[in-house]
Amino acid sequence: MKFSEKWLREWVDPPVSTEELVEQLTMAGLEVDSVEPAAAGLEALLVGEVLSVDKHPDADKLRVCQVSIGDDNPLQIVCGAPNVEAGGKYPLAPVGARLSPDIRIKKSKLRGVESHGMLCSATELGLGDDQSGLMNLPADAPAGQSIQALLGLDDTVIEIDLTPNRGDCLGIEGIAREVGTLLRTPVNAIEINPVGHSVDDILDIDVQAPQACPQYLGRVIRGIDVSAATPLWMQERLRRSGLRSLGIVVDITNYVMLELGQPMHAFDLARLASGIQVRFAREGEQLTLLDEREITLDTETLVIADHEKALAIAGVMGGIDSGIQDDTRDVFLECAFFPPQIIAGRARTYGMHTDSAYRFERGVDPDLQLRAVERATTLLLENAGGQAGPVTAVSHVEHLPQSVPITLRSGRIQKVLGMSPGAEEVTDILTRLGMSLEAQGDDWQVRSPTYRFDIELEADLIEEIGRVYGYNRLPSVILQGALDVQPLVESENSIDDVCNALASRGYQEAVTYSFVDPAQQARINPAMTPVPLANPISSEMAEMRTSLWTGLLNAVQYNLNRQKTRLRFFEHGLRFYSDGGAIRQDTMVAGVVTGTRWPEHWDSKAGPVDFYDLKSDVDALLALTGDAGAFAFVAAGHPALHPGQSARIQRGEDLVGWIGRVHPQLASQLDLSADSFVFELEFAAIQAGRLAAFRSISRFPSIRRDLAVVVDETLGVAELQAGIEAAAGELLQELLIFDVYRGKGIETGRKSIAFGLILQDYSRTLTEKDIEAVVAQVTDQLGEKFGATLRD
Amino acid sequence: MSSLDELEQQALQAVADSADAAALDEVRVRYLGKKGLLTQQLKQLGALPAEERPAAGQEINRIKQQVQAAIESRGETLQKAALDAQLASETIDVTLPGRGQSQGGLHPVTLTLRRIEELFRPLGFTVEEGPEIEDDHHNFGALNIPDHHPARAMHDTFYFDAHTLLRTHTSPVQVRVMEERQPPLRIIAPGRVYRCDSDLTHTPMFHQVEGLLVDEHVSFANLKGLIDEFLRAFFERDDLAVRFRPSYFPFTEPSAEVDIQCVMCSGDGCRVCSQSGWLEVLGCGMVHPKVFEQVDIDNERYTGFAFGMGVERLAMLRYGVNDLRLFFENDLAFLEQFN
Repeated sequence: MKFSEKWLREWVDPPVSTEELVEQLTMAGLEVDSVEPAAAGLEALLVGEVLSVDKHPDADKLRVCQVSIGDDNPLQIVCGAPNVEAGGKYPLAPVGARLSPDIRIKKSKLRGVESHGMLCSATELGLGDDQSGLMNLPADAPAGQSIQALLGLDDTVIEIDLTPNRGDCLGIEGIAREVGTLLRTPVNAIEINPVGHSVDDILDIDVQAPQACPQYLGRVIRGIDVSAATPLWMQERLRRSGLRSLGIVVDITNYVMLELGQPMHAFDLARLASGIQVRFAREGEQLTLLDEREITLDTETLVIADHEKALAIAGVMGGIDSGIQDDTRDVFLECAFFPPQIIAGRARTYGMHTDSAYRFERGVDPDLQLRAVERATTLLLENAGGQAGPVTAVSHVEHLPQSVPITLRSGRIQKVLGMSPGAEEVTDILTRLGMSLEAQGDDWQVRSPTYRFDIELEADLIEEIGRVYGYNRLPSVILQGALDVQPLVESENSIDDVCNALASRGYQEAVTYSFVDPAQQARINPAMTPVPLANPISSEMAEMRTSLWTGLLNAVQYNLNRQKTRLRFFEHGLRFYSDGGAIRQDTMVAGVVTGTRWPEHWDSKAGPVDFYDLKSDVDALLALTGDAGAFAFVAAGHPALHPGQSARIQRGEDLVGWIGRVHPQLASQLDLSADSFVFELEFAAIQAGRLAAFRSISRFPSIRRDLAVVVDETLGVAELQAGIEAAAGELLQELLIFDVYRGKGIETGRKSIAFGLILQDYSRTLTEKDIEAVVAQVTDQLGEKFGATLRD
Repeated sequence: MSSLDELEQQALQAVADSADAAALDEVRVRYLGKKGLLTQQLKQLGALPAEERPAAGQEINRIKQQVQAAIESRGETLQKAALDAQLASETIDVTLPGRGQSQGGLHPVTLTLRRIEELFRPLGFTVEEGPEIEDDHHNFGALNIPDHHPARAMHDTFYFDAHTLLRTHTSPVQVRVMEERQPPLRIIAPGRVYRCDSDLTHTPMFHQVEGLLVDEHVSFANLKGLIDEFLRAFFERDDLAVRFRPSYFPFTEPSAEVDIQCVMCSGDGCRVCSQSGWLEVLGCGMVHPKVFEQVDIDNERYTGFAFGMGVERLAMLRYGVNDLRLFFENDLAFLEQFN
């Protein structure tokens, strides 16, 4: 809600500065968004009276005017506006005036004729958007008077950002009441008197949906002059509230809306087919709105109709066919109360936002309609002539909001606020807010005024007390509580543990959007069914991610484009997919690496990262569980990964993640210039850890034996390891793999794997015989199971 | 005896002149070895008259000891010099960079979230999580935001279907917790939230931390106390001015927005605070009776408060970041600043 401070001060004029007023509003919950001068830089402008208009000797479109500024020395001004007339009064910018920081009026010659100033349009003054000609000033404006004084421009425009519960402040009257309450200043409500009828015409009103329109008032006004000019003061107030002047009738209904908070509508009586119906729209019913949009109404939309067709969306917007036009003579004024739930969401359904819907959605005083009709009628008759008919009111009191008394307990005030301002102050605050109170011991029965329809509960009253008393006067007290010891599960890994592990291994945490490009996602993870958004913000963010890889690979690409070639990113967060219609949301941890294994170093040349670099990082995460042996890397294909360098990560038989090199084809589609390796793990798989359990330490020496065996290329080393562990038995403390060799001395299709066996006993020092027995056992078994031979 | 004196002088000179361990050893052999010059002097004692022998023997032994001591001392000196030389030859440039994996780091949003969690955990708040794809009941209905409530329009919600959406705030987590547990409750709920809005100061995804405390004697004064202390601790400013402004959230009443004195200009007015000297950082209020009704918590016995804050906003203020969008670009040049 944007309004002129001067206008507000006509209603209520507390002895405080603008700054103080604004501060008080903000601190009472009517947050002031901006405070701006009503017009800037117009100090030098004057009312100019054109005494004579002559043709320019050398230019068809220019006129040479003599313009009086109230003294005996008229100024000669060359003017190109089509509407300049002798006797007219227009804003004049004399020589030396500034219209904007870069326009300064100078004495000049236009096609050889001297000009001592400029006559201005409303646009040039920043007072409107009428560019058709000079801004007409009233005939009684004294020549030479400052424009600022004439238009009351020494004013401030205040904009407040109202919360949805304060629909009562969507009019000057409501804001004035609030200011009056806060600053203990009487409010000078405008006098609104009933306008007697001078014609008897009425229009039949048939409210078919009374619960959706408990109150509908209408009035016929005949013989108005729609061409009458809207008074400048009204135009200015509308402008300062952000509304354009659209002709006298619409201006007046808008003005009453701004003044009282009651939206109104005026129909051209001649364009209505018999009476008014208030009903829900019929299936497929069409309407062309004032903004010329054609819409098809749905049956949840309340409409104002005549006996033939829908005329307007109730409380939202009128139709173009029944609106005021240049030839309108008679109007039908409408003023209704629609409950918020009837109007709420309607405008949005049709992609609109209107001042009327905005107010009805938040609530309008159900007791305001008659005053608004009388106010609008008065203004219309005063400014556009005409004769009013009687007001027709259709009220269904049973559907109007009822004011129900609320019990307010002083003990509850204390409990909720942590203090109570005391009975006297409570009474004072609520009374100032227009409530009526009936004391009952320490408690009260409170009735709120009709315009405070947001007050329903005791809690609402307590909030009002706190708000008006001042939140910052309320105490600030540290809560005292029991010293409860919180549970602390030592074996469980938190996501923080995982993040720390990755950060300490050189990974930088990324945060990428949870919604991704469906086309990219289809390339990266086609096997999972994604969850698409119904209203994405863009087509590149239309689906929820099924894998964190999409975001991470984009982060890699973004940085590669910025000359960063060595990248290590991780991210954690949810991935989303549809599992037979049910939406699954699992926390994942994922990483990507590209570039060299180590940072570039002066001493050692680092090769590019490979699968095994990444695997050791994943191993470190699996090790957090204290049970890394429970996990297995199983060679398997994934659409995003290189078929020969990818693995499923399993815990037992359960798939818990993937690791591998990004498929070269995908890499080139994503513009990744370098080889990248990725992993992704379900956090749940590594969340459960194991509490450390002590095992005794052998006091006897350990002995190492190395063993190189030759096996088929296709055999995974993990299988050999398992074989050795089984064959070596309990003496094997540690098994190392220290070399993998192919080539000279080894037949094609075979590879040599060198193991280091570390053997140790808990009760004695091992002898050569013991060791040979173990080695023999191992070699026999490997030979039997895997066709392994000892390398010479 | 002058020849003995001479011999002593020669021997000591030779010791002093020996440049390394080998030369020193030669000197030792030449004077003290089996056939050494001083040893020979001893052997020749027999040729002296008996009365001179004791004195001569004594003198030769004294010289031997003297030379022996000199050799040992010289030996030590030489050893030390050799070690010094070796160590000198092993000198490296300690200013060259070290070797090993680079240092990674956490995202500033994570750092901020952790800081918030670390401040609340010792007060008995547990960290709770909830789904990001939510139903409209938990995101709106249970929070006293019925269908078509103007507050829904203000949330710019991403939908999947009529009743499934991306949570627009972390408040649904408080509902989920209250559905499961009875008071006393102390939780905070950090996480991602989504609004269909994108411009200079809005991203379609951001992070919030929701807090909820429900107990038998909890008042707005306690809410103020906690928020005052939290903000001062978060910004490490004991004198930070904090103010509470009445506001409106459907799920709290009384509701407040909380401003802090601008941390950039200390309240003098600057671009960051739009010259107001204040920065809005948090929304809060007493849990609305209708929210308690929805989750069957006794409104008469219990009161509670809830608060919610934007994590990026706090991170921007704390670290002086001037563009919200940087948080999600994942530019290494940005991220590494927080390592």
